[in-house]
Amino acid sequence: MTVLAISKILVFFGVVLALTPPLGAFMKRVFSREKTFLDPVLLPAENLIYRVTGIDPDEDQSWKTWTIAMLAVNTAGLVALYVIQRLQAFLPLNPNGFGAVAPDLAWNTAVSFTTNTNWQSFSGESTLSHFTQMVGLAFQNFLSAATGIAVAVAVIRGLAREKAKGIGNFFVDCTRALLWVLLPVSLLAALFFVSRGVVQNFQKDVTITTVEGAGQKIAQGPVASQEAIKMFGTNGGGFFNANSAHPYENPTPGTNFVQTVLIFAIGAALTRTLGLMTGSPRHGWAVFSAMALLFLSGAFAAAWAEQAGNPVHQKLGVASAPTEGGTGGNMEGKEVRFGITDSALFATVTTDASCGAVNSMHDSFTPLGGLVLLANMATGEVIFGGVGAGLYGIFIFIVLTVFIAGLMVGRTPEYLGKKIEAHEVKLAMLSVLVLTVAILGFTALAAVTKAGLAGLNNKGPHGFSEMLYAYTSGAGNNGSAFAGLSANTLFYNLTLGIDMFLGRYFMLIPILAIAGSLAGKRKLPASAGTFPVTGPVFTVLLVSIVLIVGALTFFPAFSLGPVVEHLLMSEGQLF
Amino acid sequence: MSAKSSSKLFDKAIVRAAIRESFVKLDPRVQVKNPVMFVVLVSAVLVTGLLVRDVAVSRDVLVNLQIAVWLWFTVLFANFAEAMAEGRGKAQAEALRRGKKETTARRLTKKGEEKVAATELRKGDQIVVEAGEVIAGDGTVVEGVASVDESAITGESAPVIREAGGDRSAVTGGTRVLSDRIVVEITSNPGESFLDRMIALVEGASRQKTPNEIALSILLSGLTLVFLLATATLRPFALYAGGQVSTAVLIALLVCLIPTTIGGLLSAIGIAGMDRVLQHNVLAMSGRAVEAAGDVNVLLLDKTGTITLGNRQAREFHAAPGVTERVLAEAAQLSSLADETPEGRSIVVLAKEKFGLRGRHLEGMHFVAFSAATRMSGVDHGERRIRKGAAEAITAWAARQGGAIPPEVSAVVTKIATEGGTPILVAENKRVLGVIALRDVVKTGIRERFDRLRAMGIRTIMITGDNPLTAAAIAREAGVDDFLAEARPEDKLALIRREQEGGNLVAMTGDGTNDAPALAQADVGLAMNTGTQAAKEAGNMVDLDSNPTKLIEVVEIGKQLLMTRGALTTFSIANDVAKYFAILPAMFMATYPALGALNVMRLATPQSAILSAVIFNALIIVVLIPLALRGVKYRPLGAARILSNNLMIFGAGGLAVPFLGIKLIDIVIAALGLA
Repeated sequence: MTVLAISKILVFFGVVLALTPPLGAFMKRVFSREKTFLDPVLLPAENLIYRVTGIDPDEDQSWKTWTIAMLAVNTAGLVALYVIQRLQAFLPLNPNGFGAVAPDLAWNTAVSFTTNTNWQSFSGESTLSHFTQMVGLAFQNFLSAATGIAVAVAVIRGLAREKAKGIGNFFVDCTRALLWVLLPVSLLAALFFVSRGVVQNFQKDVTITTVEGAGQKIAQGPVASQEAIKMFGTNGGGFFNANSAHPYENPTPGTNFVQTVLIFAIGAALTRTLGLMTGSPRHGWAVFSAMALLFLSGAFAAAWAEQAGNPVHQKLGVASAPTEGGTGGNMEGKEVRFGITDSALFATVTTDASCGAVNSMHDSFTPLGGLVLLANMATGEVIFGGVGAGLYGIFIFIVLTVFIAGLMVGRTPEYLGKKIEAHEVKLAMLSVLVLTVAILGFTALAAVTKAGLAGLNNKGPHGFSEMLYAYTSGAGNNGSAFAGLSANTLFYNLTLGIDMFLGRYFMLIPILAIAGSLAGKRKLPASAGTFPVTGPVFTVLLVSIVLIVGALTFFPAFSLGPVVEHLLMSEGQLF
Repeated sequence: MSAKSSSKLFDKAIVRAAIRESFVKLDPRVQVKNPVMFVVLVSAVLVTGLLVRDVAVSRDVLVNLQIAVWLWFTVLFANFAEAMAEGRGKAQAEALRRGKKETTARRLTKKGEEKVAATELRKGDQIVVEAGEVIAGDGTVVEGVASVDESAITGESAPVIREAGGDRSAVTGGTRVLSDRIVVEITSNPGESFLDRMIALVEGASRQKTPNEIALSILLSGLTLVFLLATATLRPFALYAGGQVSTAVLIALLVCLIPTTIGGLLSAIGIAGMDRVLQHNVLAMSGRAVEAAGDVNVLLLDKTGTITLGNRQAREFHAAPGVTERVLAEAAQLSSLADETPEGRSIVVLAKEKFGLRGRHLEGMHFVAFSAATRMSGVDHGERRIRKGAAEAITAWAARQGGAIPPEVSAVVTKIATEGGTPILVAENKRVLGVIALRDVVKTGIRERFDRLRAMGIRTIMITGDNPLTAAAIAREAGVDDFLAEARPEDKLALIRREQEGGNLVAMTGDGTNDAPALAQADVGLAMNTGTQAAKEAGNMVDLDSNPTKLIEVVEIGKQLLMTRGALTTFSIANDVAKYFAILPAMFMATYPALGALNVMRLATPQSAILSAVIFNALIIVVLIPLALRGVKYRPLGAARILSNNLMIFGAGGLAVPFLGIKLIDIVIAALGLA
């Protein structure tokens, strides 16, 4: 690996690290309803929302009420998005005159954007009107991100509170996440993107004549406004099919860097919020460190694998070895303006954080590079993770870590003073099981059914990886794809829709139930006999549990996909 | 009972019984209680069924036969572990039953007394027991004093005194009165007596899963389901790849992956934990109590008998002005020669140690015994009339003879009293010679024990009736973290409630009836066997030796129990990594020969690889039985240190050991040509 690659990854990590304390502290103030510098503008807006909707912001909701409120709002969003797609022909802002979206695709897309997955079985520029993009998709981008943050905050409250009946108020958490966190940053980011050349208009496709004299349609639309929340809310659904590889979405290495940072910003900062709200900042940093360790190993592995390139090509003298300043390595499916490192880093970050935006073709990564991306998603999207989702995902692993290793210190396991008992273990295992069923179950189904196999563009282990990647991406609410799969079929639209639904809501409900149960417990004072959830031992332990639970579950599947593909590639066989 | 019997782990008779029991426990109704092992049982049955089919179509069955055999062994080994743990308790219960002879009782009626069988006694009946007779049931002495041989329950051969009223009134059924006659009011109905409960407890008949054990079972069942999915989906995955995976091999992989090591040893660990408590002569009323002991972070300890020796001892002589210390010591010793109380003896000893004074001829000496009225004792020897006793008593006695207490001596008396000691004045005729200071003696080694507890994160609070000054002095000397002075029973209860409000788990010892509410409130209440029935019923453990210091050992056993479970769980999960590397390449060797690169152990053939993993998986249970029964090594360290130590041993070890083990087994299999 080149020094440039190493330093690029480290600089990126340094920026994320620097943003974590201020953003984390800010979110702590926002969700504790303490004073912030944005209050003069936003408080009136917030109060207006509550007055109009009749929400009592001081109501403390039990976990069940909270969950029902969350599900109700999300279901309403899901239905609205479905209806908008079906009716887009009759709605305004449709300069290209697109017709209604097919029912199975509309279902898939509605679930996809409501669950913060943004799996796209369609090409935005040739399927959706500007209205659908803005009012349908972009709105869901905000709502699903706010929902994720709200869940994370509810989980943190469960840990921070003592003998409490409630875990907060969903409407307040969601509104505050929207107004204080998502909107201001998205506004600034959108302006920055426009300044760098990202388009923002309501025009129809422009047809131009290329230098060769051929005609080319160039799609237009309100891209910048959607681009910002796409990254900051770890949604990942691009305006264009090419996503962040498209010059109108991500024109320069500068916008690319900002986009990559935006993906991690909230996920990383929430660890700080966790530390501050539970009164154990060191625990927040321990969780951050565990995520950082996983991220850095993935990023270096992917960058190394891509720079090493394809030995079969090298034998034929096609690809040059990577040099300082030169690209070299596996450039297939990568934009020249980003090169190997920026593409590998972006791919690692987007799969770590269940974002799913792409600036390169993941399908064209080397088998080992692809394995890193697959493994990032299969571990449950907990490496900083989707906004909120990363924190509540790692929360499950922390519960398991505390339980398994906590017994080893000779006490009933406790997490920040809260006893982890049969009830919590049961719920935690339930959400682990949901993920396993969704990923392995659907992949197995696709692997042996005609409808499943029909979507494959590649044979052998690579085809297998494509299916595995799709369901892992869906269940992990990532949304990125090994693009080799033709997913706009009835089979994939339906199964992936269910996959995403399971991966979001069937994960969330047990997690919120744990939060509710923990909130009601008393907090045991820490002593020398308490299992430490701070410090390097805990960090390493947490990483091991994430890896072992992930590895033990998915190792057989991985070995039949990318692992064997890599081994075969070394022998000169490609797929 | 032979509670202090050999701690040898593998007693021949127990092993033999356990082997028999391993087969009895194959009953699916027993196995279903343990989901992990139930899956193994079903797997064994399935593979055996496949075997029968293969034999029918005369396919080569050498490997599948061995897989089937080892799957059965896996179940049997787990059964054996549990049976071993139960076996020790059963042996003890057997001994107890033999001692529980059919006794008759002399029940008091309005007309006199009648002979009835012990089984006919009901709560509230009164019986008469005389020297040589066995007490027919649990009860309280309501009349008389007797010495009682309780060795049947406690294993302690020295007789104890039981008397009506006070805190030594409880008697246990099955014990024998050695002298005198007592009237006992029966406090339990047949089948509910202490002896009955004890038999049930050591036999494990009334064993229920403890909260942590339930939580762990859920985790293990969850993991089993995850692995069931991971292996079941391999069939379609293989189909896609154009390969074939035999059902027997898939089942072998499943059994290797599910946490059989901890699953098979889980109940043995719990039973052995109860048993270890019993080896310390403590009877825990439930496994829950033992587990709670591990969680305790506040210990309430009575000062007297736990932190200090039961009696105060002479520590210093303070001579009056104009008197040498030696003269005072000699007089004090003379006055105490006939004093058989521990305090009196300690005065003789102190004088001997300090000035080499020894007992002299006692001719012509007339000893005056202590009485509650005079509150002093002493000796008359010719002209010399020496008295020692409480300050006011001696002052009054001296004054009657025209003497007076020097102000310096008064000052010393006050000083000793405020420091928590007992000042004893010594006077000869009318002259006050000085003061002997009696002080509490902190047990040797207790300070170090408190340091160990502190390292484990446990706070000790000393409970005493002394004034705060005295209490502080002793607390400092003993090294406790806190103390409760001038404690009344209700103060104790309030303190426990307060600590529990703060989220702490509290353990305490007690023996008196007035301790009962606090014992019941505490998370772990260790009652002394010498205590009252009320105390024993309120607590959740009874110490048959009545040694309050044992609370510390009970806490350590509780911690050890949880640590053993955690350690073996970690070990079990870490084991899976190596098993994957053994089985996966073997499984897909035919489809993707390239996967042979994952065969990092270089196992001989695919068949031997799978077989080695299955054999390792079965044998590791047997290898770990001693660890499950004894518990992991316990050291009093902070949680962080314990964690990193155990992680190194059971986490890193759990990763490495199976690589070695499977490779070794593979070498043997290849050498024997078994696969």
